[in-house]
Amino acid sequence: MKKSLFLSVAAILGLTAGVAAAGTLDDTIARGHVKCGVSTGSPGFSGVDDSGKNVGFDVDYCRALASAIFNDPMAVKFTPLSSSVRFTALASGEVDILARNTTWTYSRDTDLKQTFLGVTYYDGQGFMVKTALGANSTLDLDGATICIQVGTTTELNLADYFKANDMSYEPLPTADNSESKQQYMADACDAYTTDASALHGTRINMEVPGDHMVLPEIVSKEPLGPLVRHGDDQWADIGRWVLNALVIAEEKGITAANIDSFADTKDAEIHRLLGTGDDNMMAMMGMPKAGMYNAIKHVGNYGEIFERNLGASSGINIERGVNNSWTNGGILYSPPFR
Amino acid sequence: MSSGKLPVERFRLGMLLGDTRYRSTTVQVIAFIIFVAVVFWLVDNTVKNLALLGKDVDFSFLWMRAGYDINQRLIPYTNDSTHGRAALVGILNTLLVAFIGCIIATIIGVFVGILRLSKNWIVAKLMAVYIEGFRNIPVLLWIVMIFALLTEFTPAPKAFRGANPEASMIWFESTAITNRGTYFPSPIWGDGSIYLILTFLISLIAIFFFRRYAKALQEETGKGLPKFWISFGLLLIPSILIYFFLGAPVTLEYPYLKGFNFKDGIYIRNSLIALTLALSLYTSAFIGEIVRSGILAISKGQTEAASSLGLRPGRIMSLIILPQALRVIVPPMISNYLNLTKNSSLAIAVGYMDVRGTLGGITLNQTGRELEAMLLLMGFYLCVSLLVSAIINYFNRSFQIKGL
Repeated sequence: MKKSLFLSVAAILGLTAGVAAAGTLDDTIARGHVKCGVSTGSPGFSGVDDSGKNVGFDVDYCRALASAIFNDPMAVKFTPLSSSVRFTALASGEVDILARNTTWTYSRDTDLKQTFLGVTYYDGQGFMVKTALGANSTLDLDGATICIQVGTTTELNLADYFKANDMSYEPLPTADNSESKQQYMADACDAYTTDASALHGTRINMEVPGDHMVLPEIVSKEPLGPLVRHGDDQWADIGRWVLNALVIAEEKGITAANIDSFADTKDAEIHRLLGTGDDNMMAMMGMPKAGMYNAIKHVGNYGEIFERNLGASSGINIERGVNNSWTNGGILYSPPFR
Repeated sequence: MSSGKLPVERFRLGMLLGDTRYRSTTVQVIAFIIFVAVVFWLVDNTVKNLALLGKDVDFSFLWMRAGYDINQRLIPYTNDSTHGRAALVGILNTLLVAFIGCIIATIIGVFVGILRLSKNWIVAKLMAVYIEGFRNIPVLLWIVMIFALLTEFTPAPKAFRGANPEASMIWFESTAITNRGTYFPSPIWGDGSIYLILTFLISLIAIFFFRRYAKALQEETGKGLPKFWISFGLLLIPSILIYFFLGAPVTLEYPYLKGFNFKDGIYIRNSLIALTLALSLYTSAFIGEIVRSGILAISKGQTEAASSLGLRPGRIMSLIILPQALRVIVPPMISNYLNLTKNSSLAIAVGYMDVRGTLGGITLNQTGRELEAMLLLMGFYLCVSLLVSAIINYFNRSFQIKGL
């Protein structure tokens, strides 16, 4: 992290030659791998498994992107970034895409000069408390000490929420998820607040998950998604449409396992998406014709990625809820691939 | 007879390098031009690259609403205050740690330094272990360790609850030590307490004049007054008399458990305690070595001469050795005070909201103004360091031998 901060500052100070403002795809192809920024460790979203391989929901998105470009899900260099240095790392070109449970907000989109590619996960800020505390609602937390990670949108939401409900609190700022957890476990804070998905992931990794509960209130909208720098629309389009392709694939029932059975389908959109028809749609973005086919083949559709990292088979067991295809009662909806 | 006139030497361009009278000026001018060019190139390159990234340099965020809360505030601050005010809160928190830290480090350091020279083998070795232990382990580890100890081994506020609580308050139920911080009783200034403060200030002035008188008397007649006890009496007796005369205007407000936390009283957070303590202990190890070197720099003849005059060891140290040693001690002390101040930027490790945590942390993240925030931070630390150096250099001059 030290290194990334140094590099970013160095780049901003102009000690390195001009940062690429365009042609990220060309640079990426020449380099042979995608530079992807992920979180330093958020159960389900980004982590390292027993064999040292990066795994997680955000990680899989970058693997899908790499598969689309290189037909190789391993052609990604992951850079773990803390919430404090993530935007600097992206702006300075240390990473080319940030898939780091980052909330899409107005000022980040405009003032920070970034382009959000869509929403991979509709989240919201929640609170975790010990069941022994006896709190059943966030409204019971008046006067409580609350652990919070610095440099996130959550501390602004926290301030707004407590003010709106005329309650007071004492923030206990921490650097990352593991430190928050440690303080929370030591009872140095009464509640721990962050995105509900991360709370579920943290809770499941507790020694006795039953001793902790995530309070029912969700106090903010946290649409998490990947983002890139302003100024390279081609690169932004690629990232956006890889995400859309994963969503469309789920909608159409295309999975990593059955993808080859769609070669003779009568659905023209599937042919356009997978590049199995005559139209080379992907050429419009300067990508290989079978890019989306490769992405889905290697990584699976949105539903498979969700299930593998956040669903029942991961142990975290987050409900699909709104993060389901619009055809299944969720709000995931991709524009047509046409 | 020749004309006797020396030929008038005409200036030639080659003389700029060939003539020793001009050469050093030439080299300096060239060096200056190169320096200016490099600075210009750096600034120009920065501006260009920022423009390329679509970023401009803009400090207006300092006047925008901050939106986040800070737990430790020395001045009024809410989440409606500006980023500039949040930075100010952080600056004051930094200065608080630096100020307390420097005082504690100096006191411990002087004792450790003197005791390391003790003739008592055990004391000397213990101090050596203390110094080597603290200064050879990174200060960040000490900060985190002390914070972890405070968090893990003290009771949570809820342990004080109930008819038969696991933990209880100490010092006549006045002070609560919890894993979030320590709560002390706070004074409430009632009617008439202004007279109490005035009495106390007058006592201080009286002590000052008394000590001057005692010193003059001793130099004139050799008669020594019991300075310590009279000063001590002057300090306390009038204030205590006035306090009861006015009917106890100052009362204490005790902290009490309400809801999740203690209310009222003075709340000192564990982050502040851990940071201050770790920085003080770490820096005191260096100060101890500086004090030792200062004492060793005074020739042994001074001690022998003083003891031949009949002075006791304690007075030899305080009257003869330390005043001379100060000349050696003070200059390296400056750099240790500066180190302590700068090391306080490690505060983020324990969630202490210093200026690095507010301006260089949350504000930077929320506004995305990395360059501006970092420039302001660098400017702040530079100013503080220069100010501290200037003050101590001023004192240093008064310690040095005059007229040399």
